[in-house]
Amino acid sequence: MKEYQTITEISGPLVFAEVDEPVGYDEIVEIETPQGDTLRGQVLESSEGIVSIQVFEGTGGIDRNASVRFLGETMKMPVTEDLLGRVLDGSGNPIDGGPEIVPDKRQDIVGEAINPFSREYPEEFIQTGVSAIDGMNTLVRGQKLPIFSASGLPHNELALQIARQATVPEEEEGDGEGSEFAVVFGAMGITAEEANEFMDDFERTGALERSVVFMNLADDPAVERQVTPRLALTTAEYLAFEEDYHVLVILTDMTNYCEALREIGAAREEVPGRRGYPGYMYTDLAQLYERAGRIEGKEGSVTQIPILTMPGDDDTHPIPDLTGYITEGQIMMDRDLNSQGIEPPVNVLPSLSRLMDDGIGEGLTREDHGDVSDQMYAAYAEGEDLRDLVNIVGREALSERDNKFLDFADRFEEEFVQQGYDTNRSIDETLELGWDLLSDLPKTELNRIDEELIEEHYREDETAEAVQAD
Amino acid sequence: MSQAEDIESVDEDGVIESVSGPVVTATDLDARMNDVVYVGDEGLMGEVIEIEGNLTTIQVYEETSGVGPGEPVQNTGEPLSVDLGPGMLDSIYDGVQRPLDVLEEKMGTAFLDRGVDAPGIDLEKKWEFNPEVTEGDTVEPGDVVGVVEETITIDHKVMVPPDYEGGEVTNVESGEYTVEETIVELDNGEEIQMHQEWPVREARPAGEKETPTEPLVTGQRIQDGLFPLAKGGTAAIPGPFGSGKTVTQQQLAKWSDADIVVYIGCGERGNEMTEVIEDFPELPDPQTGNPLMARTCLIANTSNMPVAARESCIYTGITIAEYYRDMGYDVALMADSTSRWAEAMREISSRLEEMPGEEGYPAYLAAALSEFYERAGKFQLINGGEGSISVVGAVSPPGGDFSEPVTQNTLRIVKTFWALDADLAERRHFPAINWNESYSLYKDQLDPWWESNVESDWPEVRQWAVDVLDEEDELQEIVQLVGKDALPEDQQLTLEVARYLREAWLQQNALHDVDTYCEPDKTYRMLQAIKTFSDEAFEALEAGVPVEEIQSVDAAPRLNRMGTAEEWNEFIDEIENDLQEQLRALY
Repeated sequence: MKEYQTITEISGPLVFAEVDEPVGYDEIVEIETPQGDTLRGQVLESSEGIVSIQVFEGTGGIDRNASVRFLGETMKMPVTEDLLGRVLDGSGNPIDGGPEIVPDKRQDIVGEAINPFSREYPEEFIQTGVSAIDGMNTLVRGQKLPIFSASGLPHNELALQIARQATVPEEEEGDGEGSEFAVVFGAMGITAEEANEFMDDFERTGALERSVVFMNLADDPAVERQVTPRLALTTAEYLAFEEDYHVLVILTDMTNYCEALREIGAAREEVPGRRGYPGYMYTDLAQLYERAGRIEGKEGSVTQIPILTMPGDDDTHPIPDLTGYITEGQIMMDRDLNSQGIEPPVNVLPSLSRLMDDGIGEGLTREDHGDVSDQMYAAYAEGEDLRDLVNIVGREALSERDNKFLDFADRFEEEFVQQGYDTNRSIDETLELGWDLLSDLPKTELNRIDEELIEEHYREDETAEAVQAD
Repeated sequence: MSQAEDIESVDEDGVIESVSGPVVTATDLDARMNDVVYVGDEGLMGEVIEIEGNLTTIQVYEETSGVGPGEPVQNTGEPLSVDLGPGMLDSIYDGVQRPLDVLEEKMGTAFLDRGVDAPGIDLEKKWEFNPEVTEGDTVEPGDVVGVVEETITIDHKVMVPPDYEGGEVTNVESGEYTVEETIVELDNGEEIQMHQEWPVREARPAGEKETPTEPLVTGQRIQDGLFPLAKGGTAAIPGPFGSGKTVTQQQLAKWSDADIVVYIGCGERGNEMTEVIEDFPELPDPQTGNPLMARTCLIANTSNMPVAARESCIYTGITIAEYYRDMGYDVALMADSTSRWAEAMREISSRLEEMPGEEGYPAYLAAALSEFYERAGKFQLINGGEGSISVVGAVSPPGGDFSEPVTQNTLRIVKTFWALDADLAERRHFPAINWNESYSLYKDQLDPWWESNVESDWPEVRQWAVDVLDEEDELQEIVQLVGKDALPEDQQLTLEVARYLREAWLQQNALHDVDTYCEPDKTYRMLQAIKTFSDEAFEALEAGVPVEEIQSVDAAPRLNRMGTAEEWNEFIDEIENDLQEQLRALY
């Protein structure tokens, strides 16, 4: 291992050094400052004679006399089943005072793409116990389903609720000794207070034992955020595909990750894309999000719930926009619902789960699930439209039919979406609640539902009352 | 070069000078533009994209982590080519035509490793060759010399390669051969195998382009009915995320009446491609009843696979499509999504530090797009036959904003525009194609087909539907202000008719066994049934029946069940009768 004292330029998070032998692209670098601190970085560009290095911990303290060592390998994550229950910093070093980690193996953190031919299509329903998700935007094993939120909204509570309650109903009924459930939590640039909130909840519910936590806090170096999610996902892949765990990965906050990406792009004087974010952000994000899924012949799975806060509540901002094009849907948090006190404030209309259709139905959830969800979407959308009209002409000016849709929209928010962060509803409870609401509408308006299912589930007595009221 | 060839044919070696992501520069490499090279000790596949003095710039189709200056670069002296021959159908390739199933086997893992190569078609497999020429015949480039049953659906025609001279046949073989064995010899010494190669960036030669007059029947009501695509035409599907681009593309791949389908998953989701791989072998082809895969070639370069291979996958796909076109087939090519392809160009262009055009895209974006779409069309073939390629490109505009460069440059070229709409998708109106924004410039030239194959009054009935939807659009603005009940009765009725057009006709459930495919006759009859309701209802209204009574006839809501009805002819007969009876009974 050769050591150089040849730094020529330091700019933002980047260091340029002259070398006299070839250095591989993406290789890990250690920089020792004159004060004796060791900083780690990665080769961003390698040319003959000069390399540019991105320093994870920030370039503070580095001067032209600092020495640079190239480790001759790309970044690796030491992985082992013993990582469960541990808390690590954003670069993968333990910060919980526990014993040293003895790795089973060291895995490259830039994951290789899963061969689409080797994937197994995700279709196992995960019950989160949250009606707005289970009923309307069902999550399945191996899916990547982000939460699109904004500052001031309770996305953390929702993420925690999912982490606490997520189960696969069928396996619970069986002997339950199939594969175990694990959580990998990657925090990027969240505040210490938020971090405490997560840690307290993990400790309170005993979830920590089956979790691996990576913490890059708001005051940790921004460049380190580049590495944190990759460490988390490498760990998740190891647990899923070699130790047979069903892993739920929560990454928060992806917006901070993208900001770090922009910072490095700017320091490298790259041609920027939209709003100053680098042109390769789509590819970069895809390399994270696509590390979810199932593999044929493997027991475990990686399910991802990334959280991002939309700057200015704007879902056309490049971060949510590119994310939405890669992930399999999104759960959208809504400021208005939040101020109405709806918990969780999920707006189901712009929310979506692309893998829902294959994860629900007879044998998976219930035969009527798809139709009920479709019908509620259509009815809620119509009710929402009518609200604008009511503001102008008032309720009296609307027909009987329109009023029923308005009532439906209100009940949908107040009873179906609203449930609180401690209520765990089974899928049966969720669907029955759905029928309860739909039975307020005239039978003939339920045009998305199969006639036989209407006969089976529609609550006649309530219509009888409604007819009398006519 | 294609992977079928040996790496022996190496010309001159160079040395890596610098590495930055997928872009590598090398010195002392004797190469031409677009030559394929093998980079580094691991032999990663790449392509020459710039030459400046002694410095050659290469885009690498695989991850470059750990590759450093000083490592060797080998030139193959050949441009990026595809292997063409029997065995392409029922296959799934990455962006540079490596079969993914073979890669899995060779790498021994579910993850895509580096530096592994595999030919695009199986070189060992023996095919039954049935000659169609005899000794003494004269053949010219493009002529068919024999036939191989490639799949249960498709006869693969073995042709004289277009870059041959042609001449008199001196020897013909018959029976089982591999794709590399010579099966026909010509008097000028040219030998013909079942396997050809063609550089992907060069269009295969063809004769004149003709005006397409036959529709590509998609089995989707809004597309066939209102915005048809011609066989040999081009279409774009732009839409924000979640509006159903991929489902729409997959529906076309499943149900359209093309002979061959080439489906390119360009920079999209891995799970989506897996769904296609799992579904297509089990689905029947609506024309033949054989498995859908028997007419399909899949190209999957997911978003996390190397970006340079994403740039090339579009070319790989269209070249394969052209090869089947040359056999006289009607080929449909779906590219999902062309925006990811454009972004790959942008990414590489910015690594080359080229001067950017609009929004960072390279200045040659428009040229690259039009060059690609121009490879579509209905062609006279060089062997005198006819074949077509229809191209459907999905576009993923950032933020759903259609004014961005990829959408705009695409719209200047394509003649059919299916605009997907987030609002419709939110209320689960699928396919979420906005009928006010979409258009098809093929409508008029396809009308004669509809008139002679479906019903002679088709153009009028369709125009009626368009008019009603237009009127609804105008009325909705008033309704937003004053409410529906404040409108005059005839306008209320128009809204009711438009609602049935939207809910019963335009909406189509891709997940329903029956509704997922709607033949042209059914499309016509369903529309006619709604028109019957409209005609009868307006007569009743004129006779003084209040609009509430008209709306409450119980046959009307049954219009919504037409799409899912199995015995649709009888079902629609019955509805039309009931509508007439019940509405006439009101006055």
